[in-house]
Amino acid sequence: MNVSSPVRPALVLKQVHDKNRPTTYHDITNDICKQVEASINVRWMGAMAISLIAFSWGSYCLYRTWWFGLGEWGLNKTVGWAWDITNFVWWVGIGHAGTLISAILLLFRQKWRTSINRAAEAMTIFAVLCAGSFILMHMGRPWLANWALPLPNTYGSLWVNFNSPLVWDVFAISTYLTVSTVFWYVGLLPDLATIRERATNPISKFVYGLMSFGWDGSAKTWARYEMVALILAGLSTPLVLSVHTIVSMDFATSIVPGWHTTIFPPYFVAGAIFSGFAMVLTLMLVTRYVFKLESYITIEHVETMNKIILVTGSIVGIAYITEFFIAWYSQVPYEQYAFINRMFGPYWWAYWAMMSCNVISPQFFWFRSMRRNIYVTFALSIVVNIGMWFERFVIIVTSLHRDYIPSSWVMFWPTYVDWGDYIFSFGFFFTCFFLFAKFLPVINMAEVKAVLKSSNETVSDDYADDDYNKTEVKTSVTHH
Amino acid sequence: MESNGKRYWRGLEELENDLEFVKNAEKEFSDAPTVVEEGSNPNRRDFLKLLGFSVAAVSVAACQAPIKKAIPYLMKPAELDPSIANYYASSYFEDGDYASILVKTREGRPIKIEGNPLSTITVGKTSAKAQASVLSLYDTERYQGFMKGKDKISIEKADEEIKAKLDGASNIRLISTTIISPSTTAAIKVFLDKYKGAKHIMYDAVSASGILEANKESFGKAILPSYDFSKAEVIVGINCDFLGTWLSPVEFSAQFAKGRKLSKEKKEMSRFYAFESRFSITGANADYRTAIKPSQEGAVVASLYKKLTGTDTFKDAKINEKLDRAVKNLKAAQGKALVVSGSNDADVQQIVNAINHELGSYGTTIDINTPSHLRQGIDANMNAFIDEIKSVDAVIFFGVNPCYNHSRGKELKEGLGSVKTKISFSLRPNETSALCDYVCPTHHYLESWGDAQPKEGHFNLIQPTITPIFNTRQAQESLLIWANAKTTNFYDFVRSYWNKSLFPAQKQQKNFDEFWAVSLHDGVFAGDAVAKAVDEKKEAKQPATDTLAVVKPRVMVAGAFKGDVEGALADIAKEYKTEASADLEIQVYEKIGIGSGMHANNPWLQELPDPISRACWGNYVCISQVTAKKKELSQGDVVKVTVGSHTFKLPILIQPGQANDSIAVAIGYGRSVTGKVAKGVGVDVFPLVNKKGYQTSVTITKTGEYEEIAQTQTHHTIMGRDIIQEASLTEYKAKASAGRNIIMVHTDEGPKRPTDISLWKGHTYPNHSWSLIIDLNACTGCGACVVACQAENNVPIVGKKEVLNRREMHWIRIDRYYSSDANPTEEEIKNSKGARKEGSYGEMEIPSDNPDVTFMPMMCQHCNNAPCETVCPVLATTHSNEGLNQMTYNRCIGTRYCANNCPFKVRRFNWFHYAEDTRFTDINNTQTNDLGRMVLNPDVTVRSRGVMEKCTLCVQRIQAGKLDAKKEKRRPKDGDIQTACSQVCPTDAIVFGDMLDESSQIAKMIAEEHDKRAYHLLEEINVKAQIAYLTKIRNTDETKARFKADEHGGHEEHKEHKEEKGEKHEKSEKHG
Repeated sequence: MNVSSPVRPALVLKQVHDKNRPTTYHDITNDICKQVEASINVRWMGAMAISLIAFSWGSYCLYRTWWFGLGEWGLNKTVGWAWDITNFVWWVGIGHAGTLISAILLLFRQKWRTSINRAAEAMTIFAVLCAGSFILMHMGRPWLANWALPLPNTYGSLWVNFNSPLVWDVFAISTYLTVSTVFWYVGLLPDLATIRERATNPISKFVYGLMSFGWDGSAKTWARYEMVALILAGLSTPLVLSVHTIVSMDFATSIVPGWHTTIFPPYFVAGAIFSGFAMVLTLMLVTRYVFKLESYITIEHVETMNKIILVTGSIVGIAYITEFFIAWYSQVPYEQYAFINRMFGPYWWAYWAMMSCNVISPQFFWFRSMRRNIYVTFALSIVVNIGMWFERFVIIVTSLHRDYIPSSWVMFWPTYVDWGDYIFSFGFFFTCFFLFAKFLPVINMAEVKAVLKSSNETVSDDYADDDYNKTEVKTSVTHH
Repeated sequence: MESNGKRYWRGLEELENDLEFVKNAEKEFSDAPTVVEEGSNPNRRDFLKLLGFSVAAVSVAACQAPIKKAIPYLMKPAELDPSIANYYASSYFEDGDYASILVKTREGRPIKIEGNPLSTITVGKTSAKAQASVLSLYDTERYQGFMKGKDKISIEKADEEIKAKLDGASNIRLISTTIISPSTTAAIKVFLDKYKGAKHIMYDAVSASGILEANKESFGKAILPSYDFSKAEVIVGINCDFLGTWLSPVEFSAQFAKGRKLSKEKKEMSRFYAFESRFSITGANADYRTAIKPSQEGAVVASLYKKLTGTDTFKDAKINEKLDRAVKNLKAAQGKALVVSGSNDADVQQIVNAINHELGSYGTTIDINTPSHLRQGIDANMNAFIDEIKSVDAVIFFGVNPCYNHSRGKELKEGLGSVKTKISFSLRPNETSALCDYVCPTHHYLESWGDAQPKEGHFNLIQPTITPIFNTRQAQESLLIWANAKTTNFYDFVRSYWNKSLFPAQKQQKNFDEFWAVSLHDGVFAGDAVAKAVDEKKEAKQPATDTLAVVKPRVMVAGAFKGDVEGALADIAKEYKTEASADLEIQVYEKIGIGSGMHANNPWLQELPDPISRACWGNYVCISQVTAKKKELSQGDVVKVTVGSHTFKLPILIQPGQANDSIAVAIGYGRSVTGKVAKGVGVDVFPLVNKKGYQTSVTITKTGEYEEIAQTQTHHTIMGRDIIQEASLTEYKAKASAGRNIIMVHTDEGPKRPTDISLWKGHTYPNHSWSLIIDLNACTGCGACVVACQAENNVPIVGKKEVLNRREMHWIRIDRYYSSDANPTEEEIKNSKGARKEGSYGEMEIPSDNPDVTFMPMMCQHCNNAPCETVCPVLATTHSNEGLNQMTYNRCIGTRYCANNCPFKVRRFNWFHYAEDTRFTDINNTQTNDLGRMVLNPDVTVRSRGVMEKCTLCVQRIQAGKLDAKKEKRRPKDGDIQTACSQVCPTDAIVFGDMLDESSQIAKMIAEEHDKRAYHLLEEINVKAQIAYLTKIRNTDETKARFKADEHGGHEEHKEHKEEKGEKHEKSEKHG
């Protein structure tokens, strides 16, 4: 065996079904294409059915929202945004991991990203679509949504208000969605071509052929592909930071105590990555299990991502504390009250749910055993997403419900339509995700193949999964 | 063709002389088909073409919006110009509430009630009820014609049958509400003269019988005197809601405010002591309010008298202390004092008379020579009628509904079964008319002719502003027709009455037609000269009614008082207690909007929140915090209340300030026969009404049910914020800016006012800068502005469910704040070094048991740095160059960011399509049915769902006023333009004007009060509100300022205050 310098762990493990055999290029093609080529199974249909039920029930609630008006929600004269924008920000946040993984990690040459970026990007796109659906839902007159775009019109100088953060939002989200989608699709091209080549069914051959844009696999095509990927990565990288920065400005540029804070942009970006990684973990662990992709999505991936969760979770925690400090330090009675009210006011439970889910729970990841435990990770990834939902709820509702003039202080309670519209977004998200998982390769075969050799050749044949780290230490010791 | 030498061919065929062509050359139209058809049958493609064309044609034709029921005038009436409003002077008197009014009509339909500024009584002001009365006109649930039982009957047939029945009746009773119309009185007299066995009985649902009886004993005349609160330096009110519901609240509010307003010239204000059981707006406006149990009411009056004339100790120490203080002040203000009581107990009123007599109030603050006619019902007469109901043959109900609003209504209902002929003149179905054999609906007052004499010598006319909508007839005409009178047309009758009685009494007009035209135009007689002349005239021939006679000697002499004080005191001692027992008592009261329930079907009034409880759409049991705690009750618990044999179930409302061990429930609810609006709203407590105004031995038991009360404000304290800035009169006198929180921000150039630091260039206002200035000292919280705004601006009504969802749409609201015992002062916070010494936030949320109250009218503040404007993505809300923040409904896409970013929370969102959503049909009847829509102001859009709306400062009125001025080539004068709220405000607490017009009242006030009493809300966040408030000043000995006016010089002053606060009682003794 050729032994060079294996300081890094293997990115692709041995075959799950045949422990003694290292994974080959052909295995990768087979393992990933299998899902696309196999016929639809009962498990997938069951999952799809649940998603569609959620989607239909949600659609009924959406119909009520749009047909009768926003009074179907629990909003009132004082609390003008609640679940709508909570859900919007939550979904946008979730949509952050994909681009971070595919763009920033690409630029930083984090090769481990290759087996998770496809699914993460798909998730990003669907999450941003869900977020967008809440923008449309929350409008009083959604049929005039195009008025928020600076479109030329016949009304003379009638234009959008470039002072409004909501207009910035329109630009930020639509740019993000466009770039992410293009990036994702460009990455799909070589894999689509692979499927095309393998297809036996003429319809599949035709459809995947069309989708692969005539990819021919020539060196020139590959060179262009890599260049495009780099350019898009360069374009997306600032977007990862800008989108949630701008979303945070929906709040930060206002005068509402609890919203009007300069810390929001970094804090929101950290929170977005936090929740995005959590969501990626949730979905990834399920996909890994269902599609038996343990060789590609390894414990190493889980641990790395858990580290990011720990870092971003702690950043968010520091931000929460900083907000309190600044409220006290500012000596502005309204600010002070807003934060005291968060902790001890009528919505104290939301605040403490947020704190325990977002700040306390990730601290488990200081322990290596926790980071590498699939069950703990899965549970915490859901807890983090619940916590991040509460964060947005706390920011939006508890700031609005008691602001400047005490006579207008009220409570907000959701209606079943609030729930239904939230469920709609889940239905939509999972329907899209399951369609993706069935009809498109969930792992970027081409890129995984690219890292297979460089990371695996050096690894001795006889380590088992569990002993992996020891081996790594051993080998590295040997070589230094 | 050939003339110019050229030749043209019709085609190649002609040139070539084609045979086929030549054959057909002479025919004008070719035979050849343009489209080759296969036989005569159109083929599939033709069919599709035709189908396509016709579908396209039909859809193009359908693109035009259908025009619904636009009927142009065939002959345009001379006085009517489309889109130009006409105003007609008239008078409003319903449910005991009087106002001289101008009716605004558009294209022949009354749409708004305005006060008549020529009136010397209501001086251009009206109540919420008067404002809402125009909506009652367009109530689809009014009787649409004469009824016999449940069937329709023609007017002629009804007259015939009724006349026959009346002729056969020997014992006829005409039951009416108080009648202030001299012509109606005359018409009734004609009727009574015809039917010898007929008797006229007046009664009021909320009666002032006690005062009438007491005055009869004291002065020999059963009259209501005229009061003048503006002349009183010290006022004491005992359970007397004179600013809200008592006798003539609009008039009294204006007078009261006159005594309360402060300016550079006037640094004194009246002091007002209130002793009351429930929390009324009057109590809320008191400098010293003391809670007394209803059973102590008489005893308090008696003790006040005894203390004034000698010495007395009231058993309850707290009350005793306040009484001593009041007496001290009253004595000092001899001749400038006024004591009023809302009691309906003649004994109590007798003592009140004695007190006022003692204080020299007669001739100064009380005028018994110009009696008020607004309440004339003597309870005893009505009770006698109910006693003898079995022997009555025929009864006519005129403007009354005793089966509902009399405490013996049930008895009457049963008794009516034996009455052969029962006739009602009611406009709309009610509990009494439902039992009547005939219903001969009268016109709404806006469809009627008539007159009014609210006070001796003050005459008004009532004229129709629309032709009767339904097949109704004015009650007076019915009476005259049934009496076979010579003149049966009531217009002629009123004219001839005025010709005979009033025309000779004046000298300005020589000709009656001219006199009539002037009177009709003005609506009122102006000036004392006329009134006096009439008085003298009347002395000779005015036919006085039973209960009403003119008191002649113009100056009352002190000796004229001849009440039996000792007897009254003895009765009071028997009936009332000087100590507060633990026995639970109930007091029933009248709410400002709903009154006695006559207008329960008016959704504007149902949705008008009670100024104190801020609750609408229903009644509830008011209970104090202490008693609620004792009985383990919390807000919304439904309790079963048992009073004697009467029981009812209502939810609990915790009302700070309510006397302990007592509850209060409003009348006017629980109508059983009514329209859709009032159906099922609240519970009827009229059976509990009695002379003393309370019942003892009440038991309340928790039912375990819960019902949320629809309150438009659910947080009640100010939380130590400087939204409300207040001071005591002493502090104000020492420094005009007392109580102000003048905020300074640290900058590198030293401390600066926040408004002086800005990144913005600001707006420029080249022509006008419209604004409001609101005097917190003058606002009594009556709510008239809320209804006026709703009527002017087509504000939808949303109903109880939506109020519970906190989505009421009112553009103006009156925030009511209770003080809290935990409200720390700025100094206290500072001294406590971070930790709040006095009260945590949680404690600050709890109102005091007997809190100070501040009312704060709140509407769009038209910020110069408007937070709403910057965040709207589509520029739907922008700033005008006249200082207005304006809303473009058509551009709004409904993101609601503006509402979130509005620090004042004055923006209102259309959650539903209130005008078309069927769920609002029964409630929002101003927008959902064709008749109701007649009340809409055509100058204001009805907003669609999904758009934001808010106060516009009545921009339509501003535009109209500017146009009028422009036509006359001048600037609008101050007062030309009034917003709906400023126009209606009985106390002129809201002043509207152009700040760029130096001669305007608002500019003068701003100049005078700048950095003194005037403040803008949230100055510290630099929104630069256009609207200013004047500090609340309370005439108390204790310090009230929570904030120091400025950094310098205030410190020592404050120290003193702190000491003073510690030893409140001793100190104030010295002050007094």
